[in-house]
Amino acid sequence: MLTIIFLTVVLLYIIGFYYLITTRNLIRILIALEVLTKGLVLMLIYVGKVTEQMATAQTMVITLIIIEVVILAVAAGIIINIFNRTDSLDTRKIFRKNK
Amino acid sequence: MNNTVLYIFLGLLVVSALLTVMIKNTLKAVIALACTSVILTIIMFIMGAPLAAIFELSVCAGLVTAIFASTISLTDNPTDEESAEKNKKRLSRYVFLPIIIVVIIGIMFITKPALDFTWFTNTVAEDTLQNTIWHVRNLDIAGQIVVILAGVFGIVTLLKERSKK
Amino acid sequence: MPTLFLIIPFIGILLLNLFYTQKVKKLAYGTGILVALIQMFLACTIIFQIAGNFFSAIEIKYFVSLSIDLYAAIVLFTIALIAFISLIIRRHSDNDEIFNFSQLIMIIMIGMNGVVMVTDIFSLYVFLEVTGVASFVLIAKKKELAALNGSFKYLLMSSIATVMILSAVAILFMTYGTLSYEELGAQLSSATNVSTQIVLAIIFLITGLSIKAGLVPFHMWVPDAYSNSSSAVSVLLAGIVTKGGGVYAILRLMMVVFPKIAIINEVFAFLGILSIVVGALLAIGQKEFKKMLAYSSISQIGYIIVGACCGTPLGFLGAFLHFFNHATFKSLLFVNSAAVEAQTGYKDLDKLQGLGGKMKITTWTSAIAFLSTAGIPPLSGFWSKVIIIVALWQVGFIPYAVIALLASILTLAYFLILQRKVFFGKTSAEFENTKEANRGFTSVSIILATITVLVGIAFPFVLNFLKIKGLF
Repeated sequence: MLTIIFLTVVLLYIIGFYYLITTRNLIRILIALEVLTKGLVLMLIYVGKVTEQMATAQTMVITLIIIEVVILAVAAGIIINIFNRTDSLDTRKIFRKNK
Repeated sequence: MNNTVLYIFLGLLVVSALLTVMIKNTLKAVIALACTSVILTIIMFIMGAPLAAIFELSVCAGLVTAIFASTISLTDNPTDEESAEKNKKRLSRYVFLPIIIVVIIGIMFITKPALDFTWFTNTVAEDTLQNTIWHVRNLDIAGQIVVILAGVFGIVTLLKERSKK
Repeated sequence: MPTLFLIIPFIGILLLNLFYTQKVKKLAYGTGILVALIQMFLACTIIFQIAGNFFSAIEIKYFVSLSIDLYAAIVLFTIALIAFISLIIRRHSDNDEIFNFSQLIMIIMIGMNGVVMVTDIFSLYVFLEVTGVASFVLIAKKKELAALNGSFKYLLMSSIATVMILSAVAILFMTYGTLSYEELGAQLSSATNVSTQIVLAIIFLITGLSIKAGLVPFHMWVPDAYSNSSSAVSVLLAGIVTKGGGVYAILRLMMVVFPKIAIINEVFAFLGILSIVVGALLAIGQKEFKKMLAYSSISQIGYIIVGACCGTPLGFLGAFLHFFNHATFKSLLFVNSAAVEAQTGYKDLDKLQGLGGKMKITTWTSAIAFLSTAGIPPLSGFWSKVIIIVALWQVGFIPYAVIALLASILTLAYFLILQRKVFFGKTSAEFENTKEANRGFTSVSIILATITVLVGIAFPFVLNFLKIKGLF
């Protein structure tokens, strides 16, 4: 039973990471990061259940969720500023201009 | 019976994660992300982590969706004609994804004898959740407060327009 | 006592924010300087206590688990020194919005003090994120497109590193049921064979920590982040954020949790040598002053990691000494580049020529810093590099020792080119009227150069003292 959960976690990681590499929109990069985080949360809960230390695992999940949302808010602020400077959200246009 | 329900929800989780990734419109993708959060919350309830499930529901399905929605509305996404041009070659980008999934899962099943997990069996009765959060993991709470403070400074600094530019 | 390091900056932030009037805004600079000086003083007292009585650690274990030993105290001192210098630079280069800057520096100090002092692998992650969030904001503060790009790249790679580090923590927690350094170290040392899941966890952990530390081949975010931020932030980043966060985490984990696993030493030694060589090679072809310094930083971080991979006390001594030395001479170089940019307005190396006659203090201090980077006696860089190379030789990584020595010559080569072009050439016509940088920059340069020279001259005595005490 628990191996299937591990497989799901690996699938979520692959989906998230693949999308992170191939997308061109800045906001979708953040969505891919969120999918990766969900995989991580599922893995932590799985570990908590298996070793029967749910309290420590839940503490880790709560801390992780809080920190992720702060990082997301700062990233959204940076994206809004990038948009105000260049009027586009395309990765290629923005990251190529600097070379 | 419990296992079957868990498997169904795990399958739904993967399907909705795929939907999040493949939907064309950004706003609808964010709503699919919220659905993924809800399904993850139900899974966490089944596995016995109620407090973390409530956190996940209120923060990821609520606050994160609000942040994304406000970012999308403050930035201008391309109009329909431009998207239609980009979408012609869009599905060809996802060709590699099933191949990679099959390869990695194949590797995992081939080395299956090595994948037998051993885990730590807990013989000591653990603390209650409140004790763990507030007494054993004191330092993490202090760290989270400082992170939230840093985030607040960050948002204030980044989104403030100087009037005397 | 260790909690003081976390509480004092926090009290500083609270005081500045509770009384939010115009007059208090001007006190922000003073508060930041005061906090940095207090931390330097406390770190020095701890170093002298430890060296005098020779007890190895100060610990609080009642409800907050923190511990400081000799190397941690050296790192705490470095953190406070670089924060102090960064505040002075900010005051003299760009005086507006110093309120926010001072508070963000205090948050970074809390974060890094936390990374240095914790004994628990999950709290390490929390404090790494504290430094991360504050650095993203500081890099992006300039609000130009290049700075925002650098900040976003750093954010992205830092988040990927987070996912990997936490996956490794989850697997280790599953196998051993504990999160603290000592217990994990004890369990891992006594394990007879290393099972597959531990190998998987170690791979994830190495990748995640290498991304945070900026080792090759995960160094993509480093040049953009260092060179596009404002000068005070560059000093902070190069001096402590990358090193105090990622590199210190690697060093502490290798000392306490993984001392007996040989494969980690070999992998990190390989990555370290790769960083030394690739960083030095990529620095040669650069056309911007700050980017060249950023690639040189990657190279020096490689030296620190390679020194720690030996596993002997001599190797760790060399690694931490190089930690301190790199903080001083690299900050000195960034300060000088900021001074040059402030006076001439150029960052490109092609356009800067022959400033030696006009900016004397900058020229001589940057010459001292270059020689220290390349490892010329009797400056401080020489001692740390020699100790690292000798430690490598003793353990048996002989080809690595030879490569490290050759890379040192390469460092000397490109820095000589730089020095000659920028400072000692013929003064071109448009620089006839440049003056020396203002006294904030020059005083900081003189302080840092003096520290470099003094540590270099005084180090043999320290080495003798340590040998007498039987440290190695």
